[in-house]
Amino acid sequence: MSTTTTPAPTPPDAGRQQHRVSGGLLDPKQLLTSFPDALRKLDPRSMVHNPVMFVVEVGAVLTTLSAIRAPSVFAWVITAWLWLTSVFANLAEAVAEGRGKAQAETLRRTKTTTKARRLTGWRPGATDASEEVVPGAGLRLGDHVVVEAGQTIPGDGDVVEGIASVDESAITGESAPVIRESGGDRSAVTGGTKVLSDRIVVKITSKPGETFIDRMIALVEGAARQKTPNEIALNILLASLTIIFLIAVATLQPFAIFAGAEQTIVILVALVVALIPTTIGALLSAIGIAGMDRLVQRNVLAMSGRAVEAAGDVNTLLLDKTGTITLGNRQAAEFLPVDGVGVEELADASQLSSIADETPEGRSIVVLAKQQYALRGRSEGELAQAQFVPFTAQSRMSGVDLNDPQETLSLRKGAATAVMRWVRDNGGHPTAEVGGIVDGISASGGTPLVVGEVSRRGDVRGARVLGVIHLKDVVKEGMRERFDELRRMGIKTVMITGDNPLTARAIAQEAGVDDFLAEATPEDKMALIRREQQGGKLVAMTGDGTNDAPALAQADVGVAMNTGTSAAKEAGNMVDLDSNPTKLIEIVEIGKQLLMTRGALTTFSIANDVAKYFAIIPAMFAMVYPGLDKLNIMRLHSPASAIASAIVFNALIIIALIPLALRGVRYRPSSAATLLSRNIWMYGLGGLVLPFLGIKLLDLFIQLIPGLR
Amino acid sequence: MNDTLAGWLQVLALVVALGLSHRPLGDCMARVLTTDRHWRAERLIYRAGGVNGDADQRWSVYLRSILAFSAVSVLFLYAFLRLQNHLLLSLGMKPVTADQSFNTAASFVTNTNWQSYSGESTMGHLVQMAGLAVQNFVSAAVGIAVVAALIRGFSRKITDRVGNFWVDLTRIVLRVLLPLAFVFAIVLVAAGTVQNFHGIHDITTIAGGHQGVTGGPVASQESIKELGTNGGGFYNANSAHPFENPNAFTNLIEIYLLLVIAFSLPRTFGTMVGDNRQGYAIVAVMALIWGASVAIVTANELHSVSSTAGHAAGGMMEGKETRFGIWASALFAVSTTVTSCGAVNSFHDSYTPGGGGMTIFNMMLGEIAPGGTGSGLYGILILAIVAVFVAGLMVGRTPEYLGKKLRGREMKFASLYILTTPALALVGAGLAMAFPGERAAMLNSGPHGFSEVLYAFASAANNNGSAFAGLSANTVWYNTTLGVVMLVGRFLPMVFVLALAGSLAGQQPVPVTAGTLPTHRPQFVGLLTGVILIVVGLTYFPALALGPLAEGLH
Repeated sequence: MSTTTTPAPTPPDAGRQQHRVSGGLLDPKQLLTSFPDALRKLDPRSMVHNPVMFVVEVGAVLTTLSAIRAPSVFAWVITAWLWLTSVFANLAEAVAEGRGKAQAETLRRTKTTTKARRLTGWRPGATDASEEVVPGAGLRLGDHVVVEAGQTIPGDGDVVEGIASVDESAITGESAPVIRESGGDRSAVTGGTKVLSDRIVVKITSKPGETFIDRMIALVEGAARQKTPNEIALNILLASLTIIFLIAVATLQPFAIFAGAEQTIVILVALVVALIPTTIGALLSAIGIAGMDRLVQRNVLAMSGRAVEAAGDVNTLLLDKTGTITLGNRQAAEFLPVDGVGVEELADASQLSSIADETPEGRSIVVLAKQQYALRGRSEGELAQAQFVPFTAQSRMSGVDLNDPQETLSLRKGAATAVMRWVRDNGGHPTAEVGGIVDGISASGGTPLVVGEVSRRGDVRGARVLGVIHLKDVVKEGMRERFDELRRMGIKTVMITGDNPLTARAIAQEAGVDDFLAEATPEDKMALIRREQQGGKLVAMTGDGTNDAPALAQADVGVAMNTGTSAAKEAGNMVDLDSNPTKLIEIVEIGKQLLMTRGALTTFSIANDVAKYFAIIPAMFAMVYPGLDKLNIMRLHSPASAIASAIVFNALIIIALIPLALRGVRYRPSSAATLLSRNIWMYGLGGLVLPFLGIKLLDLFIQLIPGLR
Repeated sequence: MNDTLAGWLQVLALVVALGLSHRPLGDCMARVLTTDRHWRAERLIYRAGGVNGDADQRWSVYLRSILAFSAVSVLFLYAFLRLQNHLLLSLGMKPVTADQSFNTAASFVTNTNWQSYSGESTMGHLVQMAGLAVQNFVSAAVGIAVVAALIRGFSRKITDRVGNFWVDLTRIVLRVLLPLAFVFAIVLVAAGTVQNFHGIHDITTIAGGHQGVTGGPVASQESIKELGTNGGGFYNANSAHPFENPNAFTNLIEIYLLLVIAFSLPRTFGTMVGDNRQGYAIVAVMALIWGASVAIVTANELHSVSSTAGHAAGGMMEGKETRFGIWASALFAVSTTVTSCGAVNSFHDSYTPGGGGMTIFNMMLGEIAPGGTGSGLYGILILAIVAVFVAGLMVGRTPEYLGKKLRGREMKFASLYILTTPALALVGAGLAMAFPGERAAMLNSGPHGFSEVLYAFASAANNNGSAFAGLSANTVWYNTTLGVVMLVGRFLPMVFVLALAGSLAGQQPVPVTAGTLPTHRPQFVGLLTGVILIVVGLTYFPALALGPLAEGLH
């Protein structure tokens, strides 16, 4: 028992009940600060990457020329708002990028020219390596550097000698220092972080310019941003809708001439811009950047947007038991006394024996005794002549010896065989009943801790087993509900554990996961991933050890823990800076939210067109075919004000939706059918109705402008 | 029995008949398209053609086979028409002019059957039977073959093979179209449709005038004309001619025939992809649109009449046969425009603006409810892909339909498909309206005249083939332009459908989970209907506003 000495930190959001994947709010100031960037993006060479907005810009140029040739208030109003439409689209992207830029700035500051103390001829154990000071940027792959307390680690690498506490707040934002030591799974260090104590030798594992911080900067700035597969598919659909509407409007002119209502360039361009899906076209890249940004805000770095999208598609989640499903350690759940011993007596003895036990298990016994039997936690000093016996691997038990002048009392708790032998050695005769209790606990997946007592009062000696403490894995609060939700979303959860199948099954049942992999080796994990993928499923997993690396690389979404080895970080396509495996669920939610936001705004954008038709078509043709005025169901004031209102609405809706694009649409885990109904009502129907109201409202103001009456 | 009751009973009889044939015919076609067994007659054909009937083709080879077959068909038919005076049973007809021959050849090979000629005064019996009727069979079979390849794209996995075109073509003609056409030709003959080899009889009319009346093998052509959604009539008056469609019973049979294959194919689809609910969802969308359209046209023809004569006749009777009346005419008009049939038993030009406008809109929907044989189903499946793409995103997943992911490649082909037909229809109509000479072909002025041109191009681009009438389309310009529009409107979409089929077939299917967008529920039926109406409605709204809407709204 109690072999671990470092209590695993409880994840800060364990058992979190709030399901909304929230994002940062839009600060209105960002709109202003991003404005110059938005103007810079009007460069046609950058606009051409966004076909929808490129058409708007070309339209704006055309109306500008037209307005110069034949100036009128109407022409200039339309021209101005078309330019604004383009600027607003760029603004959405600039704001999304701007949030990352601020973060990149902070990161860059840590990258200031650090000096590296390079060791030449370093071998394990050697002390004769010569040392030279070189600039951090001059380090090559495989160089060895020495870093001492107070110095900054010059590049990414693995600790090959020594142990040190490192301040990684520069990248994780977490101020508590972490331990990095050679060998094992906690050997990776990141350039730009600071050694707080001791001395380590680091083997550099990254090329200059390709360090973790460099990649982070590129990621948060969006410099390395490539369109994701789904974004490309959506862009194709949007481009084809744009072409259809271009054709519909271009061919309208001969029809209009025949009808005796030839249209001006300004009106035709206005119609095109109103019809093409500008809302989603303007916000599409912002949605993608904001999705990455939402991950960054949760301290997760996705190496590509593709990985974020894949997260939304995941069918199977592989979750490590410890830390993800259960709290890091087992906890006392119950005191089971043998016949003839009161449960309070057992609780008291258990508590006494655990007072000095600083392991999480030991503490949990004290806590349980206090909670259930109101036994006050006694401090070590309170008990005179108490001698605490620490746990050793040989004795496999720990406890306390109380040496009163009149009597001595020894209490031990530990592995069943060890404690029983101890009792027997002291002349006691544990009954078969103990064995029964112990087996029962083992069968249920728990761990039994037997408590024994040896007392000596004068000549009277007694040795007996008092009872058994039931230690069990404690499933984190709210996990069952979360797995239920995941099931409703169609995601299967598989618990990965090193425990035996019996224990694993019990925990799996309690936590409500769909499946488990017991006594898992890295090869088993790999085989499981392959099997799932062969059935067409997408698999997500977390991992930190070097032996996880192949599985992380194989998984569609592999989240490496920042505490993990650099091999693991290289293999995965995301890194969680908080090293909190529960976050995998959030990552999936963010992926889904990203796709949903795209779909919702596309639907909204297309549905908007209906109202715009009802505004613009009667305005164009009611002069020659008065019957068409019946289509003017909004009763807009005049043709000019109707068209202007539609264009102004079209531009303003972009600004209005920037916060939604950045934040993502509301997401609650539920089945696809439910989600679809909700989003269709909200964004489909909303997209149909809202512009009718908006255009009418704008018309009430615009009709007051002289020249548009 | 009054007209309303008779009308309702006809609709009811039709729906029941279609409902009863849905499963057996759909399953039969699924078997035809999936079985490994060849008939002996088929083996002989394969041997004669040098085809290995057991080898499947890649999508590109499948496409090349279709294009080669169709190109040969166009050339053959063109030559046939140009040389008909040298052939048997020509009834003394002159060779058809070059531009009209091209137009007609393109029209019949593309399953459009737009007729810029009048059958009884242009075509001899041999051309009708060995030229036009043959194309009626094979052009219908080509449509079904293409949709078969697309369905295989969904049902197969990790393969580059989508079927064998020659096998599909042969089987569809031999096992489905010929037997059905034969049976219903006999039914039509029994019910009074003409079937003979008579030449032109000179008949003295009651008024004492003279009229040349041509007999011919009408019933045999009539049944495949409807069954294959071809629509090219033996006579100029098409199914309004008493020799083609003598009475209300044959009328109902003809409507049934032109709908039956298209309404049964979704069952074939459901069976082949292993989930009949998917087929039911598709057929529900088709039925919904068809039903709504029937209701709108019938109501308009009955009630939106402004003239005194109209009120006296109990509805818009101009251009309709009194032996069918308004109900049967409206039912035919809708059925022929929502399929790619294009046969007519009344003249859509004379319909009320609402009714006539609806027939244009039906075609603009892309002939998908239920659409032409095969082409209707692949058309609606493409729109389903677009609907699934947008809706799939809204459930937070990379969209997938029937387990196949809709990635950039799939969306590229689907987008190009939905782009092609509107572009052809609108650009064609735009060109016609831009040239003063071509505008002169309109019989009417104002919005109605424009509707005539819009109808012609919508009809050609969607391979419908019906005409609004009122447009003198037998000019070199219209023959050529409409011919090109028909060819491009037929074969370019096929390129995209087959490319899509190839891309889908290569995929490993994604398993269905609770997170998958369900595509068999009423929710999806509503969604798909909405996408069809909005995507299509939005494209054509401006043009419709200047035609039927301008005319209809006073």
